[in-house]
Amino acid sequence: MITLGDYLVVSGILFSIGFAGVMLRRNLIIILMSLELMLNAANLSLVAFSRFRVGANGLPDYNAQVLVFFVITVAAAEVAVGLAILVALFRARQTTDLKDISSLKF
Amino acid sequence: MNPISPWIILLAPFVSATVITLFALRWKTLSSSISIAAVLVSFIFSCLIFLQRTSAATEFTWIAVPGFFHVPFGLTLDQLSRTMAVLVSGVGSLIHIYSLGYMRDDEGKSRYFAALSLFMFAMLGIVFANNFVMLFIFWELVGFTSYVLIGHWFDRGAAAQAANKAFITTRIGDFGFMTGILMLWMATGSVVFAEVAQRMAIFAGHATLVAIVALLIFCGAVGKSAQFPLHVWLPDAMEGPTPVSALIHAATMVAAGVYMLVRVAFIIQASQTALLVIAWIGTITAVMAALIATQQDDIKRVLAYSTLSQLGYMVMAVGLASNDAAMFHLFTHAFFKALLFLGAGSVIVMLHHEQNIWKMGGLRRRLPITFITFAVGALALIGCPPFSGFFSKDAILAIAYERNPPIFAVGLFTAFLTAFYVIRMLVIVFFGNPHSDSARESRESPSVMTIPLIVLAVLATLGGFAFFARNFLALPIEKEASAFVPVLALVALIVGSGLAIALYRNRATERVNVELLRHKFYFDEFYAWLIHWTQELLARVAAFIDRWIIDVGAVGGTSRGTWGVGALLRLIQVGNLQAYAFLFGLGVVALIYFAVIR
Repeated sequence: MITLGDYLVVSGILFSIGFAGVMLRRNLIIILMSLELMLNAANLSLVAFSRFRVGANGLPDYNAQVLVFFVITVAAAEVAVGLAILVALFRARQTTDLKDISSLKF
Repeated sequence: MNPISPWIILLAPFVSATVITLFALRWKTLSSSISIAAVLVSFIFSCLIFLQRTSAATEFTWIAVPGFFHVPFGLTLDQLSRTMAVLVSGVGSLIHIYSLGYMRDDEGKSRYFAALSLFMFAMLGIVFANNFVMLFIFWELVGFTSYVLIGHWFDRGAAAQAANKAFITTRIGDFGFMTGILMLWMATGSVVFAEVAQRMAIFAGHATLVAIVALLIFCGAVGKSAQFPLHVWLPDAMEGPTPVSALIHAATMVAAGVYMLVRVAFIIQASQTALLVIAWIGTITAVMAALIATQQDDIKRVLAYSTLSQLGYMVMAVGLASNDAAMFHLFTHAFFKALLFLGAGSVIVMLHHEQNIWKMGGLRRRLPITFITFAVGALALIGCPPFSGFFSKDAILAIAYERNPPIFAVGLFTAFLTAFYVIRMLVIVFFGNPHSDSARESRESPSVMTIPLIVLAVLATLGGFAFFARNFLALPIEKEASAFVPVLALVALIVGSGLAIALYRNRATERVNVELLRHKFYFDEFYAWLIHWTQELLARVAAFIDRWIIDVGAVGGTSRGTWGVGALLRLIQVGNLQAYAFLFGLGVVALIYFAVIR
């Protein structure tokens, strides 16, 4: 029997992988992908919560699933903007490596 | 007599000054005529109110803040002010006329006469003022006109500096005067003489307060009447034209201090301490100035120091609570000192502006009228009977003998010195042989100059006799016990004169040299040093504050503080996007922690 806990563990692992990717990788495209991973980890836990919270009428709680749709929409918008920035940055600097993007440093 | 006429006395010179300044500066003869007409109008009306004993004048309200502050613009008319008005306008008239001769070819004749008229206005304002505010304003106006007249020949550096010195030195005294007036107003709630006099009971039991108020008011007189230690300006003021020296720095303005003290005697006599201080200041001034005068070579400076000395006598009399004696001496002094100055002016003009007595000599034959009148003035000054100075100085010495023997002793010594230096000057200037070409070729002055001399000589002779002076003043009452005071004074006079004649007869150079007296007790040097170091000290303190507190502390501190904080903060700016993100995450965690859990 797969319980809510199993889903949450998977979701947590995915989130951690995403977080580690954001924190440790140098390539901006990978970082953007890691961000998506973190968002989807959150979506997974939300869907799991929905499925395991059954109301008196025998139906799951759809509120959480609605929220997931919002997150997917926002993530799509974010990817669009993020990739556009990335392209602009690449045109300006010819690199997507974070080590070379440090002009705020004193 | 209608109550407007006292106002005419006051306003005639003012109108003259205004008209000359605005319209007549270009026409010298016209300006001098206007000015002389104005002072004569003042004199005639002064005589009228004097003879008719007018005691009422229209009064205006000037400033009125109900229940708080009330300043009328009114005139005091009593025996004292009527006499003073006659004296001021009378001596003033003579000096105006004399100025016609003395300033005959002067470039700034119109300016001179305008200032002279303005001075008459201010001086008569002091005489007639019936409250402290009015008195103070006219007092300052007198100071200003004195400044203008001393600096009349402003293209001569010494005259311009002397004018500044007179103005600034008297200002020190005036500051005290103003403080005294303010304190008096705070205590009594009034600035009108009559009301303050009625409310003097407030001061009962506050001896210190009344002494402070009296001495602060006395400060004004110290400045204006050139008493020790603010006497330094008067001898320098001799840089002005000689008629100005006669009018302002001998007969009237410097007497204003004494007149003011007599006017506010009700305050001064409320404090024994103040009286004692005033008496001693007067005494010190008298003897110090007489000592200095014995070693001066400039004829006007000798006279200036003798003025100081005589003013010292008057202040001494005020301090001995004898206003009558002070006013008596003021009255006679106005005549004989104006006479002496005008005589000196006559000598100076005829010798082509030579003031050094060692370049004169033998003028007795060349300038007979000047000599006789000058001698009358000199004899009156040293107190030789029957000239006026004898009576008034004797009155002061008698009071001093009665009330304060040490002051009497110093006063007597001063009388001896006075005789010495006056006879010294007389002998050197008028006797012996001429010591320069200009002295050999001099001629008698024109009659416009000699007539005022003769009139003043008559007045200086008569001024002391009771039958004459009684009409003008309340004469001090002589005590029987003081009968031998005149004898002592005469002995001092004879010894002083004899010594001077013995030392200086037929001499062409100075026989005695006392550097201390020649340098006027080094007062000017001392003040210069004092001012130099006060200024230096202030400048150094200011420089320290500017350099270390403002520059280094405030301005430099702000910039260095900003730099320092910036240097600390920029350590955080590592330039690594992930580090920022990490810190951002930490911040969010911290926020959640504080918002939710705490």
